[in-house]
Amino acid sequence: MAIRQTQKWSLVSIFIAMLFAIPVITIFVHLFYPQTDIWQHLTNTVLGTYVSNSIILVIGVSIGTFLLGVPSAWFCTMYNFPGRKIFAWALLLPLAIPAYIIAYTYSGLMDYSGPVQSNLRQWFEWNVGDYWFPSIHNIYGAIIFLSLVLYPYVYLLSRAAFLEQSPSLIEASRSLGANAFKNFFRVGITMGRPAIIGGIALAVMETLADYGTVQYFGVSTFTTGIFRTWFGFGDSNAAAHLAAMLMVTVFVFFILERWSRKKARYTDKARGRRGLLREKLGKKTSFLVFCLCFFTVFFGFILPAGQLLYWSFLTAGSMVDKDFFVITANTLLLAGITSVITLLLALIMVYGKRLSQSFLSEIVLRIVSIGYVLPGTVIAIGILIPFAWLDNHLNQIMVTSFDSNVGLLLSGSIFILIFSYCARFLAVSIYTIDASIEKISMNIDNAARSLGRSSASVLMKIHAPLMRSSLLTALLVVFVEVMKELPATLILRPFNFNTLAVRAYELASDERLADSSTAAIMIVVAGIIPVIILSQNISKRFDQNEQKT
Amino acid sequence: MFYILIIVIILSISNLMRLKDYFFIILLIFFVSSQATASEINVYSARKEALIKPLLSKFSDETNIKINLVTGKADALLKRLETEGQNSPADLFITVDAGRLYRATEKGVLRKISSKTLNRYIEPKYRDPDGYWYGLSLRSRVIVLSKRIKENERFSNILVDGRPAMSYRQMARPEWKGQICIRSSGNIYNQSLVASMIARLGVKPTEKWAKDFVGNFARAPHGGDRDQIKAVAAGLCNLAVVNHYYLAKMLTSKDRDQAMAANQVFLVFPNQETNGAHVNISGAGITRFAPHPDNALRLLEYLVSEVAQSWYAKVNHEYPVRSGVGDLTDELANWGPFAIDDLDLSELGRLNSTALMLMDRVGWQ
Repeated sequence: MAIRQTQKWSLVSIFIAMLFAIPVITIFVHLFYPQTDIWQHLTNTVLGTYVSNSIILVIGVSIGTFLLGVPSAWFCTMYNFPGRKIFAWALLLPLAIPAYIIAYTYSGLMDYSGPVQSNLRQWFEWNVGDYWFPSIHNIYGAIIFLSLVLYPYVYLLSRAAFLEQSPSLIEASRSLGANAFKNFFRVGITMGRPAIIGGIALAVMETLADYGTVQYFGVSTFTTGIFRTWFGFGDSNAAAHLAAMLMVTVFVFFILERWSRKKARYTDKARGRRGLLREKLGKKTSFLVFCLCFFTVFFGFILPAGQLLYWSFLTAGSMVDKDFFVITANTLLLAGITSVITLLLALIMVYGKRLSQSFLSEIVLRIVSIGYVLPGTVIAIGILIPFAWLDNHLNQIMVTSFDSNVGLLLSGSIFILIFSYCARFLAVSIYTIDASIEKISMNIDNAARSLGRSSASVLMKIHAPLMRSSLLTALLVVFVEVMKELPATLILRPFNFNTLAVRAYELASDERLADSSTAAIMIVVAGIIPVIILSQNISKRFDQNEQKT
Repeated sequence: MFYILIIVIILSISNLMRLKDYFFIILLIFFVSSQATASEINVYSARKEALIKPLLSKFSDETNIKINLVTGKADALLKRLETEGQNSPADLFITVDAGRLYRATEKGVLRKISSKTLNRYIEPKYRDPDGYWYGLSLRSRVIVLSKRIKENERFSNILVDGRPAMSYRQMARPEWKGQICIRSSGNIYNQSLVASMIARLGVKPTEKWAKDFVGNFARAPHGGDRDQIKAVAAGLCNLAVVNHYYLAKMLTSKDRDQAMAANQVFLVFPNQETNGAHVNISGAGITRFAPHPDNALRLLEYLVSEVAQSWYAKVNHEYPVRSGVGDLTDELANWGPFAIDDLDLSELGRLNSTALMLMDRVGWQ
């Protein structure tokens, strides 16, 4: 009985994964197509730059998001210091700002004609050329700004992990005389590894998929290369080949990481019966931690959001019309629906993997997650090709057997849009849930099952409550991501359907930054609300535990 | 349609539906979504919503024909059109570069049309010889110079009859070393400019020119056209190459910084002494499998009407493709008429990938 149930779970899980791996597979197949002259040209001229720039970017963003995300998560979870309660949620705010928007905003601020340099010149009566001012339009700028908007992934996942972790380890460490920093390195990083890696993996994949920021900063990466090859040379084969190479590289990398910690178990034997008593930090440490958190939030959110707000004061009058509210409603509904669907799908897949414990389901899960490194446009095309094929055949059948021309049923409807969001953002839910479920000991499952619980009821009654904060995290991140999503929406949306991100982008790419700010600020505002609600929810639960003890 | 889906999802979450209900509702959705009414037009537009929708609405109001619009990047829309094949709902494909129109024709997604109105108002060089696509508005790639150089002795070098004049080729000369700002080679307007030079000069001379030109860059290319103008205003470089309407839009911007920056530069139409300034078009074609070709043609003809043509100028400072349309903006009127390169615009599409490869070879980022 138990075995049959297990099989059913893993079959369903593999089926879902294969369905959403359609774009990945479509692109992957291109690796086996014969190469064209363009490919020769690329390897001779620019491919090397694409590879080296992408590697530098990935390393930089990994370090950046780690430094900004992990220590702040640790201290906000484990210690008390002035402002902790505010920082706990404020540190999430940069998540609400699309990367390309932050890039545009800082350019506006820091450029030669922007307020920063203009004021410097005025105050010191300098002329251009008299002084040195760092340019942000290069790979380092891209690393900094991508880190600033992507570290919340790392923060979120590691915070959820720290919260779910039983306090016994850190208490043991404390009792052995370790101070706050030692605790951080010994317990935090060690026990949080799956979550930290999961967070950084998401940030890295998002970095590799980013087009807007690197393109604006003039950094040639794999992604800009894919677009250039496809649009410039009109060679979609060579472009897909590049995309497939990117995918395979990242895939191998993640499998290696997985393998390297195969032996380690991150399950927590004595979990969750009581909360941790937050230790108060010393004055000096408090100050350092406060500064770290404050400047992260300031540069990641307050400054760019302030600039956007200023611009939107200038232009909101002409930018807010009847359509604007429809667009906002569309965006919110789309994000809401997709985040719920994605969460459910990911939960089924991750649980299926856990039950079957098979290599196959592990691999399948990785394959469906790898879609996240692909630029949204590539995902969209990877979906459009098979769907259009299916639609055209469906129509053929309808015409011949019912004499009714139904046109394209799936592509060109909201359905394909939601499907593509799921395909793109499943990785987020999967990584979040997977990192969390790994910490639940199999003993719990076994005990419950031996008492006659079905596997579904174990998931709903035992795992789901234990993973609550991670589930909320997954839901929230996908919600915000969908609101920001641009490239797939641009290609796949049906007629007369607009989202905030599309509107912001269209105006920004027409170099009308000030006009685009109202839509951008709306994304931010709509993103903040779920961020705050969910963050409150997570910490409230934690605080309740605390009071019980 | 969207809202039906939401109801379905809410119902299914609340466990109110059985399997056969799903089937029924899915059929219903398909039925609703596939209801094609006769008086509508479906438009795929690479022109941004803000720069086309008001015009389409005007047409709708006058004719009672409903217009459904999707905007997006040209190549992505083209790919969508291509994969959707014969069941594509699109009637009209609007885009902002002649190269893309050429590519759309090559991919076989457009249809041949002949219309007296279109042929009468659009000069042959701004439309496809076979009638697959038609230009709607013109944009010129111009040189912007810093007003500071007027005090410089070098300035006299570019004066012809007391007026500043320059050619694209001149920009490769050593005297402009470290003084030129331009955006990256990924930008289609730069690709088309280089393609037009290849068409005029051939690959080898263009490559030599491009090599020297890239050597004159003040910085690694990045940002948009407005950023290049700002860089000139700030003194980072003395010369930038941009589409003319960006300067006009900056001059009329509500943002004080932008207007101030734009006032520190002046515009020169290149190649006035030789074959004229490079222009590109925004244009449109009716799709091969258009379900409403007659309406689409009506819309296309409307887009070259006097009202529509002067709208482009007013809203985006573009030059109308139809001659004799008054009502240009102050900025365009100030710059006056200029000589235009009469290169066949489909050349831009034909030479696009040659141009891009050339730019890769000379290290134009």
